[in-house]
Formats: sequence, C-alpha cells, structure tokens
Amino acid sequence: MNSALFPRGRLLLWGGCLALVIALPLVFKSGFMVSLLCQMGIMVVFALSYNMLLGQTGLLSFGHAVYYGLGAFITMHTLNLIGKDGSPLLVALLPLVGGLAGLLAGVVLGYVTTKKAGTTFAMISLGIGELVAACALMFPGFFGGEGGVSGNRVIGKESFLGFTWGPQVEMYGLIVVWAFLATVAMFALTQTPLGRMANAVRDNPERAEFVGYDTQRVRYLMLILSGFFAGIAGGLTALNYEIVTAETLNAHTSGVVLLMTFVGGIGFFYGPIIGAILITVMQIVIGGMTHAWLLYFGLFFLFMVLMAPGGIASVIAVQHKLWAAGLFGRMLPHYLVTALPVLVLLAGLIGLIEMGYALLAGEGVGAGDTATRIMTVELHLNTPGPWLAALATAALGLALTRWIGGRTRVAWNASLSTLHGDKT
Amino acid sequence: MEFVVMSLLNGITYGLLLFMLSSGLTLIFSMMGILNFAHASFYMLGAYFAYQISTWIGFWPGLLVAPLVVGAVGAAIERYGLRRAHRFGHVAELLFTFGLAFLVEEIVHLIWGKVAVDYRIPVELDGTLFTLFDTSFPIYKGFMMLISVGMLLALYMLLTRTRIGLIIQAALTKPDMVEALGHNVPRIFMLVFGGGTALAGLAGVIGGNAFVTEPGMAAAVGSIVFVVVVVGGLGSLGGAFVASLLIGCIQTFSVAMTLSITDVFALVGISLPEGSQVARLTITQLAPVLPYVLMVAILIFRPRGLMGARES
Amino acid sequence: MKSSFVKRLTLAASVMLIGGSAAAQVKIAYIDPLSGPFANVGDAGLKGFKEAAEILVNQKGGIMGQKLEFTGFDNKGSPQETQIQLKAAIDQGFRFVTLGNGSGAAHSLIDAVNKWNARNPDKTVLFFNYAAVDPTLTNEKCSFWHFRFDANTEMKMEAISNFMEKDKSIKKVFIIGQDYAHGHQVAKYTKEMLAKKRKDIKIVGEDLHPIGRVKDFAPYIAKIKASGADTVMTGNWGNDLSLLIKAAKDAGLKARFFTYYAGGLGTPQAMGAAGENQVLQLTEWHMNVPTKNTEKFAQDFNKKYPGIWFYYLRVNNMVEMVAKAMNTAKSTDPKAVALALEDMRFQNDTGEVWMRKSDHQAMQPLYISIFSKADGKTVKHDSEGTGYGWKTLASISQRDSQLPTSCIMERP
Repeated sequence: MNSALFPRGRLLLWGGCLALVIALPLVFKSGFMVSLLCQMGIMVVFALSYNMLLGQTGLLSFGHAVYYGLGAFITMHTLNLIGKDGSPLLVALLPLVGGLAGLLAGVVLGYVTTKKAGTTFAMISLGIGELVAACALMFPGFFGGEGGVSGNRVIGKESFLGFTWGPQVEMYGLIVVWAFLATVAMFALTQTPLGRMANAVRDNPERAEFVGYDTQRVRYLMLILSGFFAGIAGGLTALNYEIVTAETLNAHTSGVVLLMTFVGGIGFFYGPIIGAILITVMQIVIGGMTHAWLLYFGLFFLFMVLMAPGGIASVIAVQHKLWAAGLFGRMLPHYLVTALPVLVLLAGLIGLIEMGYALLAGEGVGAGDTATRIMTVELHLNTPGPWLAALATAALGLALTRWIGGRTRVAWNASLSTLHGDKT
Repeated sequence: MEFVVMSLLNGITYGLLLFMLSSGLTLIFSMMGILNFAHASFYMLGAYFAYQISTWIGFWPGLLVAPLVVGAVGAAIERYGLRRAHRFGHVAELLFTFGLAFLVEEIVHLIWGKVAVDYRIPVELDGTLFTLFDTSFPIYKGFMMLISVGMLLALYMLLTRTRIGLIIQAALTKPDMVEALGHNVPRIFMLVFGGGTALAGLAGVIGGNAFVTEPGMAAAVGSIVFVVVVVGGLGSLGGAFVASLLIGCIQTFSVAMTLSITDVFALVGISLPEGSQVARLTITQLAPVLPYVLMVAILIFRPRGLMGARES
Repeated sequence: MKSSFVKRLTLAASVMLIGGSAAAQVKIAYIDPLSGPFANVGDAGLKGFKEAAEILVNQKGGIMGQKLEFTGFDNKGSPQETQIQLKAAIDQGFRFVTLGNGSGAAHSLIDAVNKWNARNPDKTVLFFNYAAVDPTLTNEKCSFWHFRFDANTEMKMEAISNFMEKDKSIKKVFIIGQDYAHGHQVAKYTKEMLAKKRKDIKIVGEDLHPIGRVKDFAPYIAKIKASGADTVMTGNWGNDLSLLIKAAKDAGLKARFFTYYAGGLGTPQAMGAAGENQVLQLTEWHMNVPTKNTEKFAQDFNKKYPGIWFYYLRVNNMVEMVAKAMNTAKSTDPKAVALALEDMRFQNDTGEVWMRKSDHQAMQPLYISIFSKADGKTVKHDSEGTGYGWKTLASISQRDSQLPTSCIMERP
C-alpha cells in the first residue's frame, strides 16, 4: 500500500466508514435492521462491480446479474458439497468460490460480449442475460427449479474464533469483512494502469488504440474482473439467505443494479455505494410503508435522470467543491429556504398519490373504498374536499418552489461562476 | 401440409404484429440513437386506451383514436422529458425510457387494476374467416394482417413519397448532415417519436384483444422487439420487416420440432451421453428463446444485422 | 394495512429503533406479493384473510376473547425478500406467518422458519401455507413448523386422473406446461397416474414452454390439433393459461382442457367465452357448490370488494382451523398450536377437512367443474362477471384425495 494510493485523509475516511458500519448493529439491534444492513452490504459490492463496467469502462450492461447469480449458485452448491465435513472457516472463505465462478463466467461470456462496445455490447448482454435466465428454469438439476437451491451455513462442530455464522449479526460481520476487502480491491484497481486504460477506452477508444492498447482486451479484462466481484456479491447472498433462486440472475436483478449505480452516480467511485444503500432502503423500508412505493420509486428515478444525471455523488461533489472554496456558507441559507416549498410540494403530491391509491388500488381496504385515513384524519374520498386540499397544497408548493427556486438558482449560478472563476 | 400452411399463416400474423412494434422502434432507434425501453409500454397504453374507448364509444373509433392519443402522449414525453435527458447523453436517455417503462406499468396498475381487463374482439370480427384442412383461421387474424400490411404500405408511401419522409430517411443514415442543412431536427425527432409510439399504440389496439390486455403485456414483448431491431439491422426498416417475419416464423415452426439436442447432434454423427438435462431438451422447449440465440449469433458474426448499414 | 400512513411510519421507525412491541391480539403475518406484477393475487388473499378473520372468528367471540388480526408484509414475490419480511414480522412480535404464492418463496420461508426455530427455540414461529402446492413441501422437505391447507399438485392430479379413468371418451391426451418445477411435476404425475389407471389412453404429445414468454399459442395449438388429442392436461396459470385457451378457440380446437388454475384471479375474465364447455378445473370449492354459509360469505365479499372475487375457501378453512386449534390448546404458543392442529378434523361447508399428522397436509373434498353458461339453476352464479360459471362434474371425497407421504418429520 503506497502512500499515494492511501493518503492520510483517505485512510481516515475509510477507517471512519469501517468503524461506522461496525458500530451500526450495536445501535440498531432489531433483526429486521440487521437483515437490512446485510442486504445493503451485498448490494454495495454488486453495484461497485457493475460500475467497473458502466462508470469506468463505459460498458452499459443489461445482464450483469448473470455473474452475480452464477456466483451465488456455485457458492451454494459448494456449501452443500462441503456439507458436514466443513468448518466455519471454510464457510467464511466461500464467497471467494463465488467470485471465481463469476470470473470464469466472465472469461467465457466476456469473450463473446466484449468484442464490440456501445450499443452492440448492451444488446448482446441483454440477449445473454435472457438466455441464461431462461436456462435457469429449464435445468432444475443445477438451478433447483422454482424452489431454488438451499443450504445451511452453520456447519462443522467447532466455531471459528467464536463464530458459527448462525446468528444474523455474525453473518453481518462476515459481509462487512468481504465488502470492505472487495471495496478496497476495487478502489485499488481504479488506480492501476489497467483501471486508467479502462477510462481511456471509455472516453476515446480510437485514441487508446493509437497509443497502442488493445481496447477489446481492456474491455475483456475489466469484464472478467467485474464478474469476479459480482460473483463475490453473489456468494455473500447465497450465505446470507441460505437459498438461491433463479431470480438472482434474471433481468430484474440486472435492472436493479443498473438503477442503483446510476442513481448513486457513475462518475465517482463512491457513487454506487450511496446508490446501493439508498435503493435498498427505498425498496424495503418505504415498500413496507406504502403500496405506492413503486410509483415513488419510478418518479424519483426519472427526477434523478432529468435533474441530476450525475447521480447523488455528483451533487455531493459539487457541494464539496463549494465547501473547499468557502462558498458553501453562502449557499446554505438558500438551500434551507428552498427546502420549505419543496416539502409543501411533496406533501401535496404524496397526499394525492396516497389518496389515489386508496381509491383506485384499494390498499387492503377494498378497491373503490371511499374513506381512508391519512395523517390520522378520516378522509372521505368521494367528496372533493380532500382532493382540493391536496391539489391546493401541491399547487402552492409548486408556485413557491418556482419562485424561491428561481432566486436560489440565481445565487447558485453566481456561486458556480465564482467557483470556476477562481480556478481559471 | 396442413400443419405447414397453418404455421406459416400464424408465423406471418405474429411477424407482422412484431413489425408494427419494431418499425417505430427502428425509426426512433436509428434517428435518435435511443434504445427506447418504453416502446412496449406504448404498445400496452394503446391496448388500454382502446379498451377504455371501446367501453365508451366502441371498437372502431378506438382503432383510430387510441393510436393518436398514444402518439400525442409519446410526442409530449419526447418534448418535455427525453429532450432534456438528451443533453446528458445516451445513457441518461436510455435510463429515462427505462424509468418511464417502470412508471407506465405502475400507472396502468393504478388506473386499470392489476388483472387483465375484458377487452374483447368486436362481434363483427369474431368468427372464422376460412377453414383449411379442418383448422379454422379466425377473421380477426386476417384483420390483423390487413391492418399491418396497410400500415406497412402507408409507412412506405410516407417515407418515399413525401418531403418529411425524405428528410426522415436522410436523418436515418446521416443525422448530422440533415441538421447541417438547416432542418429542425428536434422537431423531426418529436414527430418521429410521436409517430413511432403511435405505431406501437396501433399494434396494442389490435394485439390487446387478440391476446390479453394486462399490465405485464409490455414486459412480455419488450425485449423481443429489440431482438427484431438488432437482427434486422439498425436503421433499416426493410431489415426490421424481414427480421419480424423471420422471428415470427422461427417461433411458430420451432414449436413443431420434436427433435432433441441429442437428435441434432446425432444428425452430424456425434452421440451425446444419455440422460443429461441438456441432451434431453427439445427444440420446442427452446422455441421462445431461439430469437435471443439468433440475436447473439448475429451480433457476433454480423454486428450490423441482416440489412443494416451501420454498427451503432 | 388499514392503519394510517403516519401510524405505519411510526411503527416502522419504532421497529427499527427498539424492535417491536408486545402483542395485544393474535397476529398473523401475511407475507405475499403486495406490489408488482403478482400484487393482485397477494391483495386478494389478504382481503380474504381479513374478511374471514372478522366474520368467522372475531364476530363469534374471537380467540379466548382476543381478536385475530392479519397484517400484510410485501415480499414482492421474491424468495430473498420473503426472509427479510419474516425478520421484520418476528421483530414486531409475530409468531405465525402465512404465505401462498410461489413455491420459491414457500421453500425460502420453510427453510428460514426451520432455521430460526432451531436457533431460537424460545421464540418459535409457525408457518401456515395456504396455496403453495409443491408436493416436496409435505414430503422430502416436510417440517413440523409447516401446515398446508391446499391440496398439493400430486393430490390434485390423483383426483383428476380418477375422473379421467371413468370417462371413456378420453383416448388421447396431450400434456402442455410451463417449463419449471410445477409444469414438470404435472407432466410427470399425469404420465405416471394415467399409465397405472388407463393403459389404453395414449399420451400423444408433451410440450414444455418457458414460463410467461409465449405470446401466441397458435403454433402449440396447431401441434395439439395435429396430434389428434381429445384432452389437454395443463398446469398453466395466469396469461399462459388464458392465451392457450384463446388460441384453442381461434383455431377451432375441440379438445377439453383439464386445468389447475382456471377458476379465479382474473383468468375467467381473460379467457371469457373461449373457455365455454372446454375448460375444466379442480378446486376445493366454487361458487356453484351448494353450501350453507360460504355462498353468502362469497356474495358479501364480492359486494364489499368490487373487482375481487372470492376464490379461496381454504383461506376460511385455515382461519377457522387455526382459531379452533388455539382455543383447544388454550394457548397461542406456536408449538402448542401446532400440536393441536395435528390430526384435527374440522367440519366445513363442503365436508370434513383433516390435517394429517404425518406430513401436516390438509385433506379436503375436491370438485371438478366445467366452465359453462350461467343459467340461474345449476350454474347459478357466474364467475367474475363473465356470464359463465362453473358447473360441478364430479366431487371427490376427502378420503379419495389422500396419497401416501414420504415425510419423515423431525419433532421438537
């Protein structure tokens, strides 16, 4: 580890993050929360591996779940193969098997897919993803059919340093270790010549060719490595849930990892980490609160694409720059003032959506139900009152957002020009 | 013989429906460079709008109105959403359509519920057109063929005989040049997007009652139209047409093959070990995934597609 | 999910922070898809459970004075999310869970429950399965902590093949199914059982197609037609079934279709007139089985929840049997409830339901019925407002539906 790769600031940040994730289960003790944290950890690795393709090499893949899923299946079969002769130490090393499976799948499939970049790659990954997903249901011998393949991660008589991996918290510890190692490895990779070349291949493939690099080879290597880390994530899923089903390698899973990575921000190494955490929370926590979560999710995603195409990480990065230039303090009051009308707008919209769902989709109380309770107030949806109120709130919020938002934008542009002016 | 003729008819009907979907996608894809993931969602919207209109004023007005409404929705989405996303590059555009597909499905859930709606074939078209060797061919399938062929001709006339058609054709192959010549390319984009989605909507109007109108119908055809466009070749309407019919026929004829993988290998003199799961698979079982095999093969050996002029 | 948005919000928040509160009533967690493509199925089930708990238990005094309550947990149809939701339910103090949709999710849940109970013997959880029909769940993978209230695929096939045995007009059978575990099982049992019962019946063809991917079934129908089959056996459900029936009608195929899942959740509506006198189904109940209370229950339900049609009698069976077990055991401890449920014989509206002790599989009367025009007499009620309803052709007694089990149950 040379000091250029890990300067002190970065070491502090990484150490702080590690301490935080270790401390989390001490604060949130409930089983649900620990399960949620486990899922986040796995998704972080998966999304980071995806960004090796999309963010670093410029390869848009619609079939990344193939490597994740195959890693999970191979891990599960290996776990069952070890059976009673195993020990917790062997179990702890199993995600590596998943990684190797992903790597192997990358070697085989990547040879075909990475011949071309751009649209061709996207389409071929879609086709291969569909093929593998279809095979998963056709070969119940390996993929376990609809029931999937299940196993037991608690094997062997002794424990490993006191761990049997039975309790969820111990599994969380294992996930943290693997996720941390994988993240460090993936970050280190971005600093290697291969990682740099991948960026060159992404930005200007012709020039990379002229300089003497084989772009196809760079894409191929990046895909193999990305498959390796996706396989590790798959292996962790297998151990965490102790069941692997065909859905781990279908188009839905591929789509989710794409959303996570993009929402987080493909231009920054830490972008996918934010995306994975945020989307997992949205799916599980908001999904538990309202049946309209898919709608919120879709709206949020479209909003991100249109308003912040660089993802959340890019928003943070700009703020960081402002902070460094001492301009953040100037913007903060504007942010706070804008937040207010935005909240009003959101309240109005959420009211409309929730009432719409209650009326049309009948949230467990019957489609066409005309009375619902939102915010503990009984609302009669067959009367115009609540609708007008929500509509008025939304309209007020929109008007205020436009008005105040306009002023914020002026300040924002001024700050940005100062920022860039300072530089040039 | 009976089987071959019926399969051919079925294959062509299905292929023509695929072409209605893929022609719009090809136009959008090759002009704007967008893999419109939401294209099949417009197909679904067409079916639902037609269902809604048919409950108010009947099927026939719906046949005309629903595609127009879908086209208007499509044009509005292009104008107020896609055009903004366009500024951020192709990936953002593509993800916009990706999210749009998601949203459309959820909105359809919300408005029309989660189960199939009762969108029926009109009584005038419900019956047997002709009976061939004791298998009947429904009028509605004939009607679907008629509409598809009519649309194909109209599209051909539009593209070759009108000014706007010539500009669109030019933009298919040389979009930068067309812009340089002073045409309002954004407006053409909006028109093409609206037109392409209207075609998908029309396919939905006639496909929705032939099959089932339900919220999963978009996802069911979504990826197959991509296959058609890629196999046919980007920017080639003729290619999309050939690929549609090819895939329609492959799907119908492969169902008839009871050959297993073992038999196929036996034909070339290789005997596979007995009992493995791969060896027992029959072509029939593989039928619905064959288009993907075809696509992967095409992309490997002829990335420009059957009749395409460019690679991306 | 009648609780308010804020209540749910605070509940979720409190669960995250402190890990749930004590139970004031008997609570059962309903883990099934409540959003996404299969949400309609999950939603209908949840409403059925809530209604059954209210009418059949709570209005009759409840369970030892406590109310029975069902709470929905959305697993989005995913086996993995099922486990997360199980954890969420356990955190909130649930000791009983029910799930029905998808054998994948059911396998995942039975595994998770077994492991949880082994690792937390003081906080055991009991799993009531109301609709996942994979036979392995009460055979190889049977568990003391799992009870199934629906007949499994093998039992259903036994009933159908018994019916076929007597019908001499059946000579050539074609099997078509979705290419996954359920479709494979249906094909396997059809061949095995017909070979045993009617050697003269010829299986003229067998096709498997990828699930949910076929848009146009015309080529399959052409093949069935070419084979000369008079009967088609299919385990298909959802669109794969509706499209199959529609394509058969278009091509003028006159064969009869024996199905598992033609009776509800939108399929009658999707197939409409195409299914008339051609589609048969096997269920534990349908609207035109003469019953004392269920008919009224179903009518009230359909009126209360427009757009959802009461379909699952087994939901009512389950609710009543669980309540009875708790009342008999005078306890809501999962183990005590499980012991009281074992070997229970329960009189419902159609006959006796018996929960077999050896594998925890419920045995109940079954009906084979055919989709025919509603006439107000034998077909009194139509199905899903289509003008067509189910007419009973045969009823199978509880005893005749029994099959041996290979279950070797580990008991605590």
